[in-house]
Amino acid sequence: MQLVQATGLVKTFSKLRAVDGVSLEVSRGEVVGFLGPNGAGKSTTMKMLTGFLEPDAGTASIAGHDVFADPIAARRHLGYLPEGAPAYGDMTVADFLAFVGRMRGLINSTLNERLAEMVERVNLAAVWNRPIDALSKGFKRRVGIAQALIHDPEVLILDEPTDGLDPNQKHDMRELIAAIAPGKAIVISTHILEEVEAICSRVVIIAEGKVVADATPSALLDAAAVDGQRPTLEVVFRSITGSKAA
Amino acid sequence: MKTSFRTIALVFGREFRAYFATPLAAVFLLVFLALSAGLAFFAGGFFERGQADLGPFFAWHPWLFLILMPAIGMRLWADERRSGVIELLMTLPVRAHEVVIGKFLAGWAFTAVALVLTMSFWLVTLYLGSPDNGIVIASYIGSFLMAGAFLAISACISAMTKNQVIAFILAAIVSFLLVMSGTNLVLAALRGWAPALIVDLVQSLSFITNFDRLTRGVLEAPAVILFVSTIVLALWINVQVVDAKKAA
Repeated sequence: MQLVQATGLVKTFSKLRAVDGVSLEVSRGEVVGFLGPNGAGKSTTMKMLTGFLEPDAGTASIAGHDVFADPIAARRHLGYLPEGAPAYGDMTVADFLAFVGRMRGLINSTLNERLAEMVERVNLAAVWNRPIDALSKGFKRRVGIAQALIHDPEVLILDEPTDGLDPNQKHDMRELIAAIAPGKAIVISTHILEEVEAICSRVVIIAEGKVVADATPSALLDAAAVDGQRPTLEVVFRSITGSKAA
Repeated sequence: MKTSFRTIALVFGREFRAYFATPLAAVFLLVFLALSAGLAFFAGGFFERGQADLGPFFAWHPWLFLILMPAIGMRLWADERRSGVIELLMTLPVRAHEVVIGKFLAGWAFTAVALVLTMSFWLVTLYLGSPDNGIVIASYIGSFLMAGAFLAISACISAMTKNQVIAFILAAIVSFLLVMSGTNLVLAALRGWAPALIVDLVQSLSFITNFDRLTRGVLEAPAVILFVSTIVLALWINVQVVDAKKAA
């Protein structure tokens, strides 16, 4: 069974067709890098995968549960970091993560175990009792990740998890994602191409709402090789998406 | 309809605490107490009447609530949209109506705190004379129900926008219309041309007319039903809005 399965997703905003027939499958153990220029439909696709946005056409399922027909079951298996890592700014990190954990059905004994693990794994000890409004961008992003991981979900959908982080924080975030990757299906949207080469087992590129490439990073580079010389991922990205945007 | 009371309780707890996370709660409670007392004393002739009752105090509640309840309700949903938290919240394994009810109850409980704080008034009248306690209790229940109706409308409108100020203004306008529909100003204007049935209908929907009935000491069914059904209807619309308009 594919942990994430989407078929023919379409979403139109007034006249703009933001997502135009996107299909995606992610199985256990895969980390899919979801790339595309700004406005290509990455976030919209992710919102449909999580069931937050209803598509005009197409279906999506998480761990075998249709996200629209059976949303509660689907969401139990899902951890989601929305764009910008939103959180309740008036709550402390501890209170916020406990709130999300409880909303996800964790009872006190399990919750405390999971909270302790989050402190450790996501490195939140220094800000544990600080209000989220007072945190730096890097810590806010980490709180967003912790919130998505609190119930140890099988499927993780992370919209730009490293956006706005400094190089050290990016490195930590990649290590974290690599560490939790086995046993989960992870979809990450990003603009940072080196990140894709570092942690993704597969690359899906979309442009103008359509999937234009879906391969492993090395297959993608091999296909674009000239005289046995592999180009950089950036060159590939620009040649695939640039012509469309122009 | 499946409902998790645990989810409702969790949302309620978070939202209720959120009111006290900023000085706004204290400001609100002070304004409410000062206005309700000030209006009763200076505009309502609390002492001059020479009667030990709370009539002048409750008479102002429809006018106070039409401003204050939108202030309590405006952040409930608009703020979730502005900050993007709505995306996180509505991808948790929860149903929209559980969140809607939890948020509404939190605002209503906050209102209950404000009303309980005004009970010092009651004590004053008890000291000065012997008010009809049945009337006072009925008035408090009526006031609480009416506040709930204003709040449910405000929460519902808050779900339609990401701008708290717009939510506040629209909710205040709708509340104003519901209050005004019972005044002679509106009814006289209608009587000139509308059939009697319409005039009666408009009057029967008026919050002021119905609240006045309750403050006369009878927990009349029609008035109670009006406020309760307004709450239910507004919350139902609120759920539909949240379900349909998640993104924006």
